[in-house]
Amino acid sequence: MQGLRLRLWQIGLLLGFLALWEWASRTGRIDPFFFTKPSDIAARVWRWFATGEVYPHLYVTSVEMLLAFFFGTLFGVLMGLWLALSPAVAVVLDPYVKAINAIPRVVLAPIFTLWFGLGILSKVALGVTLVFFVAFFNTYQGVKEVSPVVLANARLLGARQGHLLRHIYLPAAASWIFSSLRTSIGFAVIGAVVGEYLGSAAGLGYLIAQAEGVFDTTGVFAGMVVLMVFVLVLDALVGALERRLLAWRPRAEGGKV
Amino acid sequence: MSDFVGKDAIKFYRVSVSFGSYSAVEGVNLSVRAGEFVSLVGPTGCGKSTLLNVAAGLLPPSSGEVLLEGRPLKGLNPVAGYLFQQDAILPWKTALDNVALPLVFRGVGLREARERALAWLEKVGLGRFPRLFPHQLSGGMRKRVGLAQVLIADPHLLLMDEPFSALDVQTRQLMENELLRLWQEDRKTVLFVTHDLEEAIALADRVVVLSAGPRSRPIEDFPIPLPRPRDVAEIRLTPEFLRLHREIWELLRGEVIRAHAGA
Repeated sequence: MQGLRLRLWQIGLLLGFLALWEWASRTGRIDPFFFTKPSDIAARVWRWFATGEVYPHLYVTSVEMLLAFFFGTLFGVLMGLWLALSPAVAVVLDPYVKAINAIPRVVLAPIFTLWFGLGILSKVALGVTLVFFVAFFNTYQGVKEVSPVVLANARLLGARQGHLLRHIYLPAAASWIFSSLRTSIGFAVIGAVVGEYLGSAAGLGYLIAQAEGVFDTTGVFAGMVVLMVFVLVLDALVGALERRLLAWRPRAEGGKV
Repeated sequence: MSDFVGKDAIKFYRVSVSFGSYSAVEGVNLSVRAGEFVSLVGPTGCGKSTLLNVAAGLLPPSSGEVLLEGRPLKGLNPVAGYLFQQDAILPWKTALDNVALPLVFRGVGLREARERALAWLEKVGLGRFPRLFPHQLSGGMRKRVGLAQVLIADPHLLLMDEPFSALDVQTRQLMENELLRLWQEDRKTVLFVTHDLEEAIALADRVVVLSAGPRSRPIEDFPIPLPRPRDVAEIRLTPEFLRLHREIWELLRGEVIRAHAGA
């Protein structure tokens, strides 16, 4: 089967890479102090979960990123709808949107720490500034790309502004919003982890920063692995939701893979 | 041109439309009686669609006015249904919900709207496919959904902009017959734009020929006294049809040549 063979290749590639890493580290071809080895990382991740010491950190990071994800998307979608439907406002705000988006968001972290303290609020704020623009630009684009013919047709059929929003603009923007959700998850995690890394008392970013502080490479990698799996799980959840809500879309892949 | 009083369902009175310095149509006078099926033919770029957009209230004329049953049209035309050249149904709604949409806009409950929509889908021959999304339907089926969607709103005036031009010949003739059958039921006023003279004659009570753009306007009116009900495939072979076709083509050919020379 095509699907099975593909999976075997993918798994084989991963195992090959891990084996090569393990071998190189054990035989001293790379320095285990800086590069550690997969078996150590696996053991560390296992210990974190077995002793339960990772759960409070995982919880803090989850809360931060989910809040950032939710509010960033909410504000982004609302703002995107507003500007797309009020061209006059869009023209006025355009340079400001561009200017604010031009700020590398990481430099805001110290400001947010000063304003909102070392708790989760400063991390959420950082995540929101990242997620907001993704959701905003995608919603704006989605609404702008509604076909004028579809719009004229709906208006002639008696649609008022509320109808247009519910039956046309939002569904039209939905596929854009969903593709932005998947990007946003990554950004929400960046916001949370970078925020934690720069100053906090809990969270996966804090865990990684602690490990780095004592040259514990295994700890840094273990933190990365936990984060990666965490994001993949969320991404799969959004993907499943997307398939349910966007069932009307033609399948571009045509059944392959 | 027919009389300019009273019973006209829609009347263009000295309508001109220009886009910047380009004058698309100029000084258009045209009346369509209630229940009349009028085809507008003309070379490409002669402003046929522009006139429909003006009639729908989507495009305000630069000068002149449109009278609806004697009253000047302001804003969107509330009694018009518009079947566009491109698909205008919503890709994220099923065939059934697309047809139900105009009723939903009017505040009809979803259950009742769907019931009535299903009856309309059956009328256009799609009663077995209510749950399919537009991308799962063929081009002809999507046109049927569009037609049902427009007709369920019960417009007095039906505006059609080359609605079948993207379909293959067989599907197209099926759709034309379907349209005539539905029209026969309650004889709405129809303004049908096409560049296909045969289609124009086969469907209409009257064919109006527009001159080549820019500054295009109606130049001649041809009544089509062919008997109804008609079968669009068969009627094309009758001597009367061929005579009308020759007569109108005589005039239209000159405009087509002018349009090409201009372009």
